[in-house]
Amino acid sequence: MNIPFPNLAPVTPEIIMAVAASIILIFDLILKDKSPLALLTICVAGATLYFIPSSLGETFGGMFISDSYSMYFKLIFMVNLILTVLISLKYIQRQKAEYGEYYSLLLFATTGMMIMASSGDLIVLYLGLELMALSTYILAGIKRHDIKSNEAAIKYFLLGAFSSSLLLYGISLIYGLTTTTDIAKIAAYLKQTGTSTPLLMSMILIAVSFSFKIAAAPFHMWAPDVYEGAPTSITAFMSVGPKAAGFAVIGRVFYGAFQSVQADWTGILIGIAILTMAVGNIIALSQTNIKRMLAYSSIAHAGYALLGVIAGTQAGLHAMMTYLMIYAFMNIGAFAIVILLDKGEEIKDYNGLAKSRPAVAALMLVFMFSLTGIPPTAGFIGKFNIFMALINAGYAWLAVIAVIFSSISAYYYLRIVMNMYMKDMEEEAVINPSPSLGLAIGITVLMVFAIGIMPSIVIG
Amino acid sequence: MSYPILSTVIFLPIVGAIFILFIKRTNESLIRWTALLLSLLTFGLSLPLFTSFDKTTAQMQFREVSNWIPAWGIKYSLGVDGISVLFVLLSTLLTILCVTVSWKSIKQRTKEFYAALLLIEGSMIGVFCSLDLFLFYIFWEAMLIPMYLLIGVWGGPNRIYAAIKFFLFTLVGSVLMLIGIIVLYLNTGKSFDVMQMMTTNYPYHLQLILFWAFFAAFAVKVPMFPVHTWLPDAHTEAPTAGSVILAGILIKMGAYGFLRFAMPILPEATKAMSPVMMVLSVIAIIYGAVICLGQTDLKRLIAYSSVSHMGFVTLGIFALNIQGLQGGILQMINHGVVTGGLFLAVGMIYDRTHTRKIADYGGTASVLPIYAAFFMVFTLASIGLPATNGFIGEFLIILGGFTASKLMGILSATGIIIGAGYMLWLYQRVFFMEVNPKLQGFKDIDMREILTLVPLVILVFWIGVYPNTFLSFMDVSVQNLISRVNSAGQPQVAQQILEVIK
Repeated sequence: MNIPFPNLAPVTPEIIMAVAASIILIFDLILKDKSPLALLTICVAGATLYFIPSSLGETFGGMFISDSYSMYFKLIFMVNLILTVLISLKYIQRQKAEYGEYYSLLLFATTGMMIMASSGDLIVLYLGLELMALSTYILAGIKRHDIKSNEAAIKYFLLGAFSSSLLLYGISLIYGLTTTTDIAKIAAYLKQTGTSTPLLMSMILIAVSFSFKIAAAPFHMWAPDVYEGAPTSITAFMSVGPKAAGFAVIGRVFYGAFQSVQADWTGILIGIAILTMAVGNIIALSQTNIKRMLAYSSIAHAGYALLGVIAGTQAGLHAMMTYLMIYAFMNIGAFAIVILLDKGEEIKDYNGLAKSRPAVAALMLVFMFSLTGIPPTAGFIGKFNIFMALINAGYAWLAVIAVIFSSISAYYYLRIVMNMYMKDMEEEAVINPSPSLGLAIGITVLMVFAIGIMPSIVIG
Repeated sequence: MSYPILSTVIFLPIVGAIFILFIKRTNESLIRWTALLLSLLTFGLSLPLFTSFDKTTAQMQFREVSNWIPAWGIKYSLGVDGISVLFVLLSTLLTILCVTVSWKSIKQRTKEFYAALLLIEGSMIGVFCSLDLFLFYIFWEAMLIPMYLLIGVWGGPNRIYAAIKFFLFTLVGSVLMLIGIIVLYLNTGKSFDVMQMMTTNYPYHLQLILFWAFFAAFAVKVPMFPVHTWLPDAHTEAPTAGSVILAGILIKMGAYGFLRFAMPILPEATKAMSPVMMVLSVIAIIYGAVICLGQTDLKRLIAYSSVSHMGFVTLGIFALNIQGLQGGILQMINHGVVTGGLFLAVGMIYDRTHTRKIADYGGTASVLPIYAAFFMVFTLASIGLPATNGFIGEFLIILGGFTASKLMGILSATGIIIGAGYMLWLYQRVFFMEVNPKLQGFKDIDMREILTLVPLVILVFWIGVYPNTFLSFMDVSVQNLISRVNSAGQPQVAQQILEVIK
């Protein structure tokens, strides 16, 4: 049997990433000072960004697809990676977690996400997902001496493994039904046979597993504990990257494989989306720790992004992708402020911040209003786009529910603003500025306003 | 005109606010003077709107159109007609007075205060000038941020509660309108162009739904009964400048929204719903006035009187005839002038006594005679005494109300009587009777404060004696609006009949 050598052009970005991750592991043994590794990681991300546009095509017999859909997600992953490295640099030194593996694992995790976004086959999808998940389990627990970090890693691992097994179960049911794991072939098969009970079961299993990844209710339980325990930089990374990757595969599988049975999965997703928005927004109201609050807020945002998928149209898919891009900027921005503050994990730490650090408070204000979705910030554009697609698809009632929950969310975001501006300070806030962190905050705040005022840069 | 007036008037304050943020914090006098200069300059630049406005046409004037977000068909589209032009001028004028009245009373975070004030000014003018619904919504919502901070940071003791309440009430209303806007957009062939919407006929059931979506946002802002409860808290707790902006302009945006969007875009629904709106208005008039009688707090009393006065405005608007509409619009200006003046005046005495309780006053007229005279003018204008502006507005509204429904006319007239009751009683308790010992030794208002009040007093009498200066601005536009509302639906009825025949 003669197996032709596969065309490697479409996988160039992934190859660069994986090779670089391995090289960093070796450098780690030689270098005492780890900060050059951060620089290297950013350079790799830059190089990958350069190769992404030219990677169009399919390879490995259609198991790996690089199209505009996956490219957009890879762009989000690169943004996520670069911003995470920028906010990590000094922070992990402070947290005494500066290992070379940190950067290597970030690269591996991102490679996993890229493979997920490009998967044309359920097995490849699973491979990417595991690469991403295993790397993030370790990253969540990288503060070895911190018991909360350990707890986060174990919790994440157990529940993550559980969800992976559900995914495998779902895939095996599909395989039994269609005798293939190729997404395009499954789609073709289902077009002929239509819906059936085993198919519905496997769709539910797959939906549940993906819901774990994007932290959608009722499979969100891990998120607050993991987000709180993990190093803040990794929390920022996890709240954007794996979530976006989860959405990428939801789009691939539900729009690709299950296109013909849309009516069946829309119902499942609507239920999940409403519950997710409700749980995320309502529980966030009572949080006292800002990382937990942002965890619930990220659950809620997954709910909004799901609405784009539910719309079931190209516009809806685009809106979901744009939303994730915007979310990356505003959420990492908010986490960057948390990192900037020496003591910034409890919500009461923000009391009177506007007095002692007016500039920091003003930046946080921008991110909070953007997360609420108030113009002229990017958050508004993201939500507007989603609602527009949703209403256009005939789900105006769902949009009404979403805006009501969105108004509820205003309360907990505003509470941070209220603490910063309207309460008296308990003690002078100490900040840990560094050039890289400043750069990250600068980029995010600039993008929040740029997208808010000129949305043409992300839509279309 | 060689410059884009509207854009200049919108963005000069906004850019100025950002500029102020970069001034050194300790240099407070520079901050104040910059803010004053900016607000004066904005006012000066807005004057061509007054002088070179063409009163003979209902067309939008001073148009500025350019592409903004082509992918969504969104345009940066500005323009004013006879309905909106006066509000732009009112905004630029009141902002100056807000700057001067806060000159000494704002002692902490001066920089942020004036920046917030100017940001509010810019976005308010943006609301009145936008002819693209998306742009309108951006300004409408963006204004919430500085206003929230203005109430919450520089307000009274209960400011945090008031600020959050204000924000949440307005936000819930606004997002429901957002859904309405998107539905409208999809039904207008993917366009946010207001001019295009005004000539499109939407199906009746859609109009009804959209009307209530817009109602959610506009009624909260006005505020109409029963969603008025944020107003007394916000007005009372806000700093003087905040109360003036809220009462003077911000709540006008709700009524303006009805005039600019709800009525011409959804004429049939407006017609069908006008009895409901009139009933709600009359409830607001009487309920607001009765509540005023029971108030023990100066600012709270004036806040509730706003509910009553805005009831007159919406009554006039939804009477759907020329007198009512003209009266409604003029009364919006009047209310901005008079209630703005009352809040300014209350702010001045509060700076001295630091109490808002009516019981802490008494005999003020003999301690601060000049102040008392100014307050008298605003009190009488608020009651609607002939020769003051309040009379013209309320007269027209009640005339319009009678034409639409006799019962509504009679009921709303009782509001004026109660209004005279609570305002005169307030004046008596605060300014006459025995001098409260707590008031001894306070100085009368100084030149800065007099200059703050004088422009409003001039307006009170100007509109009261010769309202035509202002009414002539809106004549043609109002007629155009009325004919749009009244002629609506006929083609569709014809269509339906044709369908039945088929």
